[in-house]
Amino acid sequence: MSTVSTTSAADGQLRPLVPPSPVTLRINGQDHTLQLAPWTSLLDALREYAGLTGTKKGCDHGQCGACTVLVDGKRINSCLTLAVLQEGADITTIEGLGSEHALHPLQQAFIDHDAFQCGYCTPGQICSAQGLINEGKAQTEDEIRELMSGNVCRCGAYVGILAAVKEVVDAKR
Amino acid sequence: MNPFTLTRAASVDAAVRDFSGHEAAAYIGGGTNLLDLMKENVAHPQHLVGLNKLPLSSIESTTGGGLRLGATATNADTAWHAEVQQRYPLLSQAILAGASPQLRNMATNAGNLMQRTRCYYFYDTATPCNKREPGSGCAAIGGYNRIHAILGTSDSCIATHPSDMCVALAALEAVVQVQGPDGSRQIKFEDFHRLPEDAPERDNTLQAGELITSIDLPAQGFAENFAYLKLRDRQSYAFALVSVAVGLELDGNTIKEARLALGGVAHKPWRDKAAEHLLKGQPATEATFRKAAEAVLKEAKGQGTNDFKIELAKRAIVRALTQAAAGEQKASDVFTNSNP
Ligand SMILES: Cc1cc2nc3c(=O)[nH]c(=O)nc-3n(C[C@H](O)[C@H](O)[C@H](O)COP(=O)(O)OP(=O)(O)OC[C@H]3O[C@@H](n4cnc5c(N)ncnc54)[C@H](O)[C@@H]3O)c2cc1C
Ligand code: SF4
Ligand code: FES
Ligand code: FES
Repeated sequence: MSTVSTTSAADGQLRPLVPPSPVTLRINGQDHTLQLAPWTSLLDALREYAGLTGTKKGCDHGQCGACTVLVDGKRINSCLTLAVLQEGADITTIEGLGSEHALHPLQQAFIDHDAFQCGYCTPGQICSAQGLINEGKAQTEDEIRELMSGNVCRCGAYVGILAAVKEVVDAKR
Repeated sequence: MNPFTLTRAASVDAAVRDFSGHEAAAYIGGGTNLLDLMKENVAHPQHLVGLNKLPLSSIESTTGGGLRLGATATNADTAWHAEVQQRYPLLSQAILAGASPQLRNMATNAGNLMQRTRCYYFYDTATPCNKREPGSGCAAIGGYNRIHAILGTSDSCIATHPSDMCVALAALEAVVQVQGPDGSRQIKFEDFHRLPEDAPERDNTLQAGELITSIDLPAQGFAENFAYLKLRDRQSYAFALVSVAVGLELDGNTIKEARLALGGVAHKPWRDKAAEHLLKGQPATEATFRKAAEAVLKEAKGQGTNDFKIELAKRAIVRALTQAAAGEQKASDVFTNSNP
């Protein structure tokens, strides 16, 4: 095993770096066994180790929603959980929602309603909207606004995002 | 983040043992506060005890007619739980007024109680902060302190406890059940969080290694006349500048029982029993509410940038009491907080 040492922030003592160990994550219905350190966030595991770069890193502190994925059908911020804590869970990322040839209804609605400009927040917006639909709590525009408030869009495409989500929510009723 | 080891505990006993067996250990629930602080190098545990496999995520009735909220139940599952919504809508609405849907899906009930202050200097390791580094000083006193406390401050620290959920739990007289290396005990909610005094590094009275197992609500839920009013810089996804939790029991227009707690104003959820006493037996009128509001803020002290909070808190108290007395917020009405 690796003999790399590191300085601990707490007391300045040298300690052996914790070696990575195999972690099996179920992502979009497929098992991925990755060599991860305990401190690897789910977001970094997805992007840097599983090669699924659809999920975006905005703030890395739970403040923007760009990293939103679904865990057992519930939307979470993948930047604020550790990959090892999600072993055994069913993870869905934007790559698992639709494909280039068969767009997810939310993806189609985002295109139809011009719900993005740069597109950086979009994967998180769409995963979050899917979580909102799974929850089944929001019906009106105000309710959708409130329950989509965990996703920030720097381009300010909120009007289109709201229209897109509303269309799919209405279609599900 | 500093390197650390991690185990996922399968039982409460195993979790407590694992914590005691490691130097600088910490429990991790949803991770939404701890990992944030670790990324900022404010927290640097050497070992994490993962709690998300513990059998503590249920919400069950207690023999006393109350409700037991599991420590690892998420904030979302708690807020949307049918019993909580019907019997304790004050709690449901306070939770839904906090953070975002994603964060509430991750955040655990115990973690919410244990979350640390959002004081900017506490987060900024380049500045002095007695809470982060005891004895280093307090950059907020005499600094920029718009989000800071106006009640119960000390010369060492003027931070606030940022939780919405805890303000409702204070008003509802919840009880915190804990288990530690020396057995289990229960802590009354008013004794759980503490004032900074000369030891701001201690947010609460939990002892090292003690694990919260549940938060118990007594039978009285104030489901008819309640209000949670949260005032903040934007309508959603922001911490409270001031928040007010109210529960009233009315007999006609006379107040029989009153609960009043504030968030965003002190180092702990600020329940004022003397003000509650002033309300009891009185008619539910604006004059009564004003008297209570003046009493709560009597000893308030502004720190410069946050002076506005004193008047804001008074008006918020009057408004929340008015809403509660009128039965304006309904148990079924979960989105009241987006449009106060
Ligand atoms: C962007 C953002 C906005 C937010 N806005 C709000 C808001 O408006 N209102 C609000 O109230 N909150 C808000 N929050 C805070 C959020 O509610 C808390 O981070 C969350 O409740 C913490 O729960 P957790 O399970 O994730 O805790 P963790 O991060 O896992 O743990 C927090 C602390 O609790 C300890 N702990 C966890 N479980 C236990 C246990 N069972 N026994 C003993 N100790 C334990 C941990 O050791 C740690 O010290 C916000 C957070 C973010 C990131
Ligand atoms: S107010 Fe408290 S938390 Fe903030 S800098 Fe001062 S000591 Fe630190
Ligand atoms: S990257 Fe996770 S919330 Fe911003
Ligand atoms: S489309 Fe650019 S951030 Fe939302």
